Amino acid sequence: MIPSNRRRFLTNSFYAAAVTAVPLGLLPGTARAELEIDITRGRVQPLPIAISEFHGESEQARDVGADIARVVTDNLRRSGLFAPIDPRAFIQEPASVSAAPRFADWRLIDAQALVSGRAEDRGNGRLRIEFRLWDVFGEQQMTGLAYNTTPGNWRRVAHIISDAIYKRMTGEDGYFDTRLVYVSEQGPANDRQKRLALMDQDGANHRYLTDGSHLVLTPRFSPTRQEITFVSYVRRVPRIYLLNLDSGQQEMLGEFRGMTFAPRFSPDGNRVIMALEQDGNSDLYVMDLRTREQRRLTNHPAIDISASYSPDGEYAVFNSNRGGRLQLYTMRADGSGVERISFGDGSYSTPVWSPRGDLIAFTRQAQGRFFVGVMRPDGSGERMLADGFRVEGPTWAPNGRVLSFFRRSQADADGNFRSRLHTIDLTGYNEREVTTPHDASDPAWSPQNP
Amino acid sequence: MKTHLTFVAAALFLAACSTAAEDSAVTGGQASAEQQAAEQAGQGASGAAQDEIGREEIAGPAAGTQEHLVVNVGDRVFFEFDSSSLTEEATETVDRLAAWMDQNGGTSIIIEGHADERGTRDYNLALGARRANAIRDHLSLRGIDTNRLETVSYGEERPAVMGSNDRAWAQNRRAVFVVEGAPVS
Repeated sequence: MIPSNRRRFLTNSFYAAAVTAVPLGLLPGTARAELEIDITRGRVQPLPIAISEFHGESEQARDVGADIARVVTDNLRRSGLFAPIDPRAFIQEPASVSAAPRFADWRLIDAQALVSGRAEDRGNGRLRIEFRLWDVFGEQQMTGLAYNTTPGNWRRVAHIISDAIYKRMTGEDGYFDTRLVYVSEQGPANDRQKRLALMDQDGANHRYLTDGSHLVLTPRFSPTRQEITFVSYVRRVPRIYLLNLDSGQQEMLGEFRGMTFAPRFSPDGNRVIMALEQDGNSDLYVMDLRTREQRRLTNHPAIDISASYSPDGEYAVFNSNRGGRLQLYTMRADGSGVERISFGDGSYSTPVWSPRGDLIAFTRQAQGRFFVGVMRPDGSGERMLADGFRVEGPTWAPNGRVLSFFRRSQADADGNFRSRLHTIDLTGYNEREVTTPHDASDPAWSPQNP
Repeated sequence: MKTHLTFVAAALFLAACSTAAEDSAVTGGQASAEQQAAEQAGQGASGAAQDEIGREEIAGPAAGTQEHLVVNVGDRVFFEFDSSSLTEEATETVDRLAAWMDQNGGTSIIIEGHADERGTRDYNLALGARRANAIRDHLSLRGIDTNRLETVSYGEERPAVMGSNDRAWAQNRRAVFVVEGAPVS
């Protein structure tokens, strides 16, 4: 068994087989594997990484450098793929490591990867921030990038650097320079105040988008614009609204006789697919945001709700009880070719298509519990990632490798419960709570920030 | 029978709450005028017959108000799990509601549909709408003009009873009748 802190993460099983067959010490230097993390495997040993404070000559540059290193460290740790090493163990000073790492010093503390960087005052209130990612055992730079910006942008730069490290190590796009919109909840269950809130994926820059005077539900991010669609009781009956994050402008989407709910944007951001209830029956409709023309997609006496487009916009997955219990169905974007894809015990709901197209995440209820799981779009390969008294409403990080959902505890006799946002890897490991000021539900992940 | 008792208790409790909240409005109107009249009558007779017991009529809730509906009809019906079909008991209540609306021709009713917490948010909204509309359809069948009826689904958002247990869930799977103009939940 190779000790975990010496383990190399390999691109394919061929190399893995080669390494296990040959004792480590006998490996010829040229056959050394790339330092990589394969996130498609079940349980990944987190990679020991040292993130040195970014060096700065001025006090401001030093502060920004330290802040960036802290945020990068937190991001990488939360991903579950990295094990950042305690900086108190570091031997080499930030100033010297930013010039040239002494790899032996980093090997000594078992770092496999090293991040170094510097922040430089450029005058005119601008900073140049650069970082380098090093393979400690291979003694070479894996990537290096520099950014010119104002000091106030340090947090975004930290997220962009985290994304670059994640991408270099995993081959997948990162998801750190993103935000979450969700419903913040306060007060007793029978008089719950619900407000839309927006924050960075790590909980920073938290702000409220509505004041809580009306119930709000199920916000969703536009994949292409600074826009959110959600359900609100502003007009007493639930209706779908659009909120522009730049202008703060809010408008009701369409004039319908019944309730409109369960909205989601199309991948191009030009349409909203939704459920419309009339005389008690819910069917699916789509509205073109440019022409405001609406089109009916399903026409069934059963409940049809919770639709989500495939990333190419050609198909949609939705939720219906037309077969008795709630199940998942796919259809073409025009409503034709409906096919049932879920067949397990209990019921399935809130399907959401991965931005990569390969999987559909869903909520499942069985044996008195809730599960969040994924399956392929044809219904095969179903597996559960999380379960509990109530886990619901998965939403994909834009890289399609991480999900967020909410987890609610059972209410006690006084009606008190706890509801929080969580993230989890597609592997089903590394579930983490997202810090929010109050109870939280209905998360929706943004696309990569523009 | 047990459910029926709980139901009456809930109705009475609600009546008590509503009456307390609407106290000033009620006493400021018809009832207080009668009270004053009765008191004046009592004062007038006080010198003549000290041992006489004064008696006054206390008016019930004014016809057509939410309190009147709570007392005479009941303001809610309950549903089975994941169902929007009217139970026998619910049908009787809605029949009483139809009669009440007949007698109180000026009233309009908002029918709130609610679900218990077991189910996703989207589905509970849809289910609440089904329940509210089941009531609406039945009232319409009993000859009530649908222009006097409005429906709104609250899904699982406004439980009547807090807690994650069968008893709470049974109370939360409901439709509630709100006389237009009365405060909604």
